[in-house]
Amino acid sequence: MIPSLRKAAAGVCAVAFSLTVTASATIPVEAADPGVSANEIILGGTHPFSGPASAYGNIGKGIGAYFDYVNDHGGVNGRKIKWIDKDDGYSPPQAVQLVHQLVEQEKVFAIFDTLGTAVNTAIRPYLNQQGVPQLYVATGATTWGKDYKQYPWTIGWQPDYQSEAILYAQDVLREHPKAKIGVIYQNDDYGEDMNNGLKRGLGSHQNMIVKMASYETSDPNVSSQIATLKASGADTLMIFATPKFAIQSMVATAQQGWHPTIYLNNVSNAIPYMRAAAKAGGAQFLNGIVTTIYLKDPANHARYANDPGMKLYEEIMSKYIPSGDKEDGNYLYGVSIAYTMVDVLKRAGKDLTRKKVMDIAANLVEKDNPLVYPGVVIRTSPNNRFPITQMISAKWLGSDWSPSGILVDTRPMTMAAK
Amino acid sequence: MIGLSRGAMIRVCVVAALIAVLPWIVPSFVVFDLIFVAAYAIAILGLVILTGMNGQISLGHGAFMALGGYVVAVLAHAAGWPYWAGVPIAALACGAFGLLIGLVALRLAGVYLALATFSLAVATPSFLKHYKSITGGFGGMSLQPVTVPAGIPLDPQRWLYYAAWAVAGLAFLVSALIVRGKFGRALRALRDNPVAAVSFGVNPYVYKTLAFGWSAVLAGVAGAFYAIPTAFVSPDTFSFALSITLLIGAVLGGIWTFWGALLGGVVVEFLPLVAQQVNAGAPSVVYGVALILVMMFVPDGIAGGLVQLARRIAPRPAPPPSAEPSPIATSAPLGAIGGGISDPKP
Amino acid sequence: MHELTQQIVSGLATGSIYASVALALVLIYRAMGIINFAQGEMAMFSTYIAWQLVQFGVPVWLAFGATLIIAFAGGVAIERIVIRPVERANQLTLVIVSLGLFIALNGLAGWIWGYIVKSPPPPFPPTAITVGGVAFSAQDVGIIAVSLVTLGLISLFFQKTKLGLAMRAAALYPEQSRVLGIRVGWMLALGWGLAAVVGATAGIMIAPVVFLDPNMMQSIIVYAFAAAVLGGIESPIGAVVGGLILGVAINLLGTYVEAIGNELRLAAALAIIVLVLVVRPSGLFGKPSVQRV
Repeated sequence: MIPSLRKAAAGVCAVAFSLTVTASATIPVEAADPGVSANEIILGGTHPFSGPASAYGNIGKGIGAYFDYVNDHGGVNGRKIKWIDKDDGYSPPQAVQLVHQLVEQEKVFAIFDTLGTAVNTAIRPYLNQQGVPQLYVATGATTWGKDYKQYPWTIGWQPDYQSEAILYAQDVLREHPKAKIGVIYQNDDYGEDMNNGLKRGLGSHQNMIVKMASYETSDPNVSSQIATLKASGADTLMIFATPKFAIQSMVATAQQGWHPTIYLNNVSNAIPYMRAAAKAGGAQFLNGIVTTIYLKDPANHARYANDPGMKLYEEIMSKYIPSGDKEDGNYLYGVSIAYTMVDVLKRAGKDLTRKKVMDIAANLVEKDNPLVYPGVVIRTSPNNRFPITQMISAKWLGSDWSPSGILVDTRPMTMAAK
Repeated sequence: MIGLSRGAMIRVCVVAALIAVLPWIVPSFVVFDLIFVAAYAIAILGLVILTGMNGQISLGHGAFMALGGYVVAVLAHAAGWPYWAGVPIAALACGAFGLLIGLVALRLAGVYLALATFSLAVATPSFLKHYKSITGGFGGMSLQPVTVPAGIPLDPQRWLYYAAWAVAGLAFLVSALIVRGKFGRALRALRDNPVAAVSFGVNPYVYKTLAFGWSAVLAGVAGAFYAIPTAFVSPDTFSFALSITLLIGAVLGGIWTFWGALLGGVVVEFLPLVAQQVNAGAPSVVYGVALILVMMFVPDGIAGGLVQLARRIAPRPAPPPSAEPSPIATSAPLGAIGGGISDPKP
Repeated sequence: MHELTQQIVSGLATGSIYASVALALVLIYRAMGIINFAQGEMAMFSTYIAWQLVQFGVPVWLAFGATLIIAFAGGVAIERIVIRPVERANQLTLVIVSLGLFIALNGLAGWIWGYIVKSPPPPFPPTAITVGGVAFSAQDVGIIAVSLVTLGLISLFFQKTKLGLAMRAAALYPEQSRVLGIRVGWMLALGWGLAAVVGATAGIMIAPVVFLDPNMMQSIIVYAFAAAVLGGIESPIGAVVGGLILGVAINLLGTYVEAIGNELRLAAALAIIVLVLVVRPSGLFGKPSVQRV
């Protein structure tokens, strides 16, 4: 009774307010965009809760937890966020249908954090044609930052894969200029992006790559590929692989008595994976592996014991996903990206329009995201749609990643890629 | 017209009328989903003919859908062909491929064929990825949205809806004609009593292969209408899960009748959404358990279940659609085809 | 030369993974003439149970033993609860039920244990062994040894024990066996229990190599099908030999045949399935005279 009265009152006020504005300014007020009411903002997303990529479903759950947290602390400018997250099973046709439903039936204000390159490629034309923001897609392909002129309603978030590989190339050139590089990569657009980055980073030294071996996600293990790379005489191994295959690669090098310098891609560097590799192949051989970092690692208890951001994360997890594994970095990714989303909504103020939110998302300097690596700034401008471009390289020492050097901003390289 | 009983005729007309008016009643996103129902129904019709009538289990029809979808996509993408011109080519290509696989299938009985076709479905994404220059590799191909021909007062979505269902109607009609004719009689004879059939001069190789070919044509057309509304094809679009989904749809809908194909299309499209509602944390648990329960309690699928229900409510002497669920490779009740299409005496 | 030997050795190691899962498939096929698409998922689930027991602090080998007992009970329960009601239905129904089991078990494991890749305790030390420049691990040897021991035990069981003979009789001549007083229904349940135990053994052995997540078995099961078909789907020894041949063949084809490469390894395995089924459906070790279906 009382809430509904309050709702009605708010509605009346809103109408009165808009009337006043119209009357006083004589500028026609744009019809409010769908998905925003006096006390609610509806955001929609899809994640794979079933199918081969189910591991990433926890990103969606992490997002939901953060939105719950925000709602319990007053919401965004007086509005609560309603988060509708659907299961796309990692299938593009499924995702397209769900996005139609989210836009047309659930009347979402924006689509947020849809996951996977194929899925996002499939839904992008529709969302841009409808003028619905496709915010912070969870994939690191370069197209999300690069093709904004054709698709102004779409934007990525995480560092693009090419830049990451460029960093490894630079590290090799600096630390091991005589290296013979072997590459194991996943045979898809992800692996291709990483390979392209590596080659661009090596520039005129591409002949340092002596062998590249691909694997399919349908392969039971990669021992054969590692044997091939070992036989090629390579002394440096680039692992451009998703977690399970990255672990297999590391363990296989140990078991085949091969001791190359190893570079491990970011998607597989969570500490639980390193522990798994140590358990299966011996802890010793992992020492000295190089990777890059842009988020905090929830399994790195020593480093972040007193970190306020990590405390917030743990508080959110304990309260909203008590059964979830706190060390699963996917949850943390979700909370972190949801923080940016909420930040943008906050900055957009009380009068929310899709256009305004998109403009702010593409012109953002966010220095206080609690879960990115300390110092990383999420930064976009109308001509630069790559939000996170800073990374730091780190070495595995015993039981933990030890960051070395300073944060590197790959923005110049990213821009050069255009 | 095609020898339908009066009751069946009425049912067909009611369903056709319902399909015609639905886009003006339901919300637009449901119209969009119903385009996919049409695609699934066409593909599952192929399985009803292949598995229900011909006794061959295929776990690989997703591969034919992939071929159909990619033919349309490649023709549109690389050669600028309109979709309406691409669909018949897709049908032909799948028919040819289907005949080839059908020849191989002749040598494989029962569960062996299931295994071989399963292999086909599993290998499909690798092939799609491998021939990058044609298929666009892992990244796939984006397609142009459908445009409405001048003079037709429909929005693109409803236009595509009517196009898809018109093709589905055609597929059902042609299939019904085939099944009712000499071809269908031969197939049934082969399934129910192969020895007698052969002694009457029915060549099993010819008919079984043709049945496989026709079911592949249907799957190919379905693939086209799966790709066009998505406006995107990629190896992920045609994962092996799609093949399994189709067979599940056929069995849940009712593999002995054409109605089962229609119901199967609806089930395949909407069951995952229902499963999400029931348990958002683990939709596949709901899906899998539902599947097992249906098999235990309504082994003839929804179509079979509905007929049983109808008989219980209003007992009639009419022949039941599947009086005796029998081993698929040996015999299957035939009055079932069409659920109401009366079975002619051979 | 070293690389060739290395590829063969690592192919044997991978092949023994296929072999161990193929063995379980063969057991079910012999018991009731169907292919259990859920066999891999059952093995995956058992492996999670083992992992969980170890997490709870149960000593590793005790946990393995307990897991095998649980797997046996689980296999029997699945037969009694899920398979029995549809036992007499057509093959299609059985295929669909096993697919339903597959989907449900996979989802259930993800729901309970999440999707983070886990590293279960290895039953054998992960020590690298190098002989003449060719490296392999104690695990590889262990997996091959366990597959062979399992094969031996199965053969003994079916040929020398009363129960094993009764199970064979029940599978081949259900009506006559019933007359002779064999409880055919329970023999089937026993078959499922046994297959589950063999699957669980396989899961525990290979999880430290391929690592444990709910999708662990999905790539392996396809190769296991190929192995079983290659060896002859009714023959336990065929499953083991088929697995080893397949593992080596796929490695060599992938490494040395340009047209196949790493990309079409799976397609090559599947081509083997189709080819064997068409040319010699009984496989290498099956009896050509036996015509099922």
